[in-house]
Amino acid sequence: MKVPADWYLILALILFILGGVGLLIRRNVLVMFMCVELMLNAVDLTFVTFARTLNDLGGQAAVFFVLVVAAAEVVVGLGIIVAIFRRRAEATADDVHILKG
Amino acid sequence: MNAAYVILAAPLLGALLLLVGHRRLLEPLAGWIVVVLGFVSFGASIWVWISLLGRSAAHRSAQLQIFQWIPVDRLHVDFGLQVDPLSVFFCLFVTGVSSLIFLYSIGYMHGDPSFARFFFYLSLFLFSMVSLVLANNFLFSFLGWEGVGYCSYGLVGFWFERNKAAVAAKKAFVTNRVGDFGFMIALFLMYEHFGSFNFTRVLAPLAHGGTLSAGFATGLGLMILLGACGKSAQFPLYMWLPDAMEGPTPISALIHAATMVTAGVYLLARSAPILHFSPTTMWIVACVGITTAFIASTIACVETDIKRILAYSTLAEIGFMFLAEGSGDFSSALFLTITHAFFKALLFLSAGAVIHAMADEQDIWRMGGLRKYLPITFGAFFIGYLALSAIPPFSGWWAHEAVLEAAYHKDVALWVVGVVVDGLTAYYMSREVMLVFFGRARWKENRPNPAESATATATAPQGYPPEAAHGAAGEHAHGEPHDSPWTMSLPLILLAIAAVVGGVIDLPFGGADFLTRFLAPVFPTSIVPAYPLATGTRVAIGVAGTCVNFIGLILGVLAWRPGLPRPSLEPGFFRHGWYIDEGVAGAVAGPLALAADSVAYDVDRGGVDGFVGGVAALTAATGRQLRRIQTGYVRTYALGIGLGTAAILIYAAVRVGS
Repeated sequence: MKVPADWYLILALILFILGGVGLLIRRNVLVMFMCVELMLNAVDLTFVTFARTLNDLGGQAAVFFVLVVAAAEVVVGLGIIVAIFRRRAEATADDVHILKG
Repeated sequence: MNAAYVILAAPLLGALLLLVGHRRLLEPLAGWIVVVLGFVSFGASIWVWISLLGRSAAHRSAQLQIFQWIPVDRLHVDFGLQVDPLSVFFCLFVTGVSSLIFLYSIGYMHGDPSFARFFFYLSLFLFSMVSLVLANNFLFSFLGWEGVGYCSYGLVGFWFERNKAAVAAKKAFVTNRVGDFGFMIALFLMYEHFGSFNFTRVLAPLAHGGTLSAGFATGLGLMILLGACGKSAQFPLYMWLPDAMEGPTPISALIHAATMVTAGVYLLARSAPILHFSPTTMWIVACVGITTAFIASTIACVETDIKRILAYSTLAEIGFMFLAEGSGDFSSALFLTITHAFFKALLFLSAGAVIHAMADEQDIWRMGGLRKYLPITFGAFFIGYLALSAIPPFSGWWAHEAVLEAAYHKDVALWVVGVVVDGLTAYYMSREVMLVFFGRARWKENRPNPAESATATATAPQGYPPEAAHGAAGEHAHGEPHDSPWTMSLPLILLAIAAVVGGVIDLPFGGADFLTRFLAPVFPTSIVPAYPLATGTRVAIGVAGTCVNFIGLILGVLAWRPGLPRPSLEPGFFRHGWYIDEGVAGAVAGPLALAADSVAYDVDRGGVDGFVGGVAALTAATGRQLRRIQTGYVRTYALGIGLGTAAILIYAAVRVGS
């Protein structure tokens, strides 16, 4: 059975909205971080879908770049998170607003 | 001819030696170096003069190249020398008088802590002055012009610890700036019109058949006149010269009487081919000269400072030189220049000897009866007095009569005022001589000055040459004044001889007009036409003028022989110098100070500061509002990014879709 491309796109949309809303409403830094990953993967999914339907390898290549950048981002981001948790055990994202103007 | 380089090089060498070695070259060695090099320069001038005389009149002009200075596009300016009768004439008397005054300064400046600095300025001055008169183009000449201005500034303010001296130096410099502005405009005009500053390109064609439009010649001539007025202290830029008497007396004699202030006379004489094309300018030159002479003479009649009287008489004499030049008789002007250099230097140097002997007293009301104590000085001053008062047969008389003849030929009114000025000169010089050398010895009486006036404040510099200069001066403070050492007396005697017989260089009869004939190649008849006056007329105006001089002389002697104050003869209007100085000061202090205050407090504080402060306040206020966006919450930023991206996407979709 061939799954229509629309479904993939709808799935990607749902994942993206889930990630976006989660990022906005959750306070836990780790969860927010996962939400960002969810949004990235949603975008990856659309890339792959379009690569398939349009028969263009460019989309898949873009996904590789996104994965690499995401991996790097995870390294940096987790580093920051670990640093935060070292200083204060029960920190939420809103507690860390020292860059407030 | 190559000796012309030496005229320039000797004083430059002196200045450089003192510049590098002023700490090691102590008194009196520093002075002797400069004196010897001054005499070397004088000897070289004589050498050049003799070699010029060896040539025929038509070949007495030569240019010597030193090096190329400004080669830009079509403009080529060189450091080059113009050797012709005019420049050699100036070199001769400038180096001659300078050398004598240098010698005098060794005695006068004895004991001054800045002895070497004084002689550095003197040497630099001589270098600047000879480059002014020897330059073969106007720009190089301007360099010397500025050089003498700088030296004048440094020497008027030589005792800069005294506030009055520092102020006078500034005044001299600033007033000269106004004149220099005119000279610079003249230079620009020359470049625009002739494309060159060289005398051979600018002046020579005009002197030999070239033409120049009257309008341009007037503009150029007036700018040159403005420059000359500044340097030669002519109306309306004359106020700095009397104040410049704050400098040491040898400076008053050398720079502010004999040499530097005649630079304007030189400039006008050099520019004769240009002035020739503008009768208007010639008239203005004559009027400026006679106006200055008249104003200065009236002020001199009431002045009470021994040196300031001489300063005002210098103004009047230079006014006479301008009068002669404006009347188209340049050789008479130069005749007066050289004789004036002799007798005025003589007067100043003997006045310096008087001041020296009186332990820095300059008020003539605190002198009197000095002829018994200072016989040599008195003799010298008396000769200078008769020469300046134009009493025959002293040198001043010959020169004054030559100038007055030219004025008579130009206009009888000029002659009448000129004769009056001459009479006034004889009068106020008699007053000075009577009050200083005759009558009671008022300096012995320890009472306040009977004619205390606002203009005469003879301040003694604190501990400067007075006591120190006086050798074993301590016991002389209340002892008797005496004549000066030989270094000061010898120049007095030599200058006195020159002041007596100086007239022989240009006698108006029997083909003995050596100076006129020597200068003739510089002033060909094409630009300076001869003016024939009938012998009867010449004798008549000569006799009339001389009679007025004698009347002035006798009146002065009769009025001031008793040595009593006569307030009726010293009207306040003259004592305040016609209120011109105060008027200018008032004009500057009144509206100008008000305008400056308004610029400082209204425009600057309100306008400029307000604008700058407003920009700063606006920035701060904007920042205070905008900082609210920076909440520090990641979700706010994320929402912002999301909304922003959505907005861009919607915009792109709409643009693509439409």
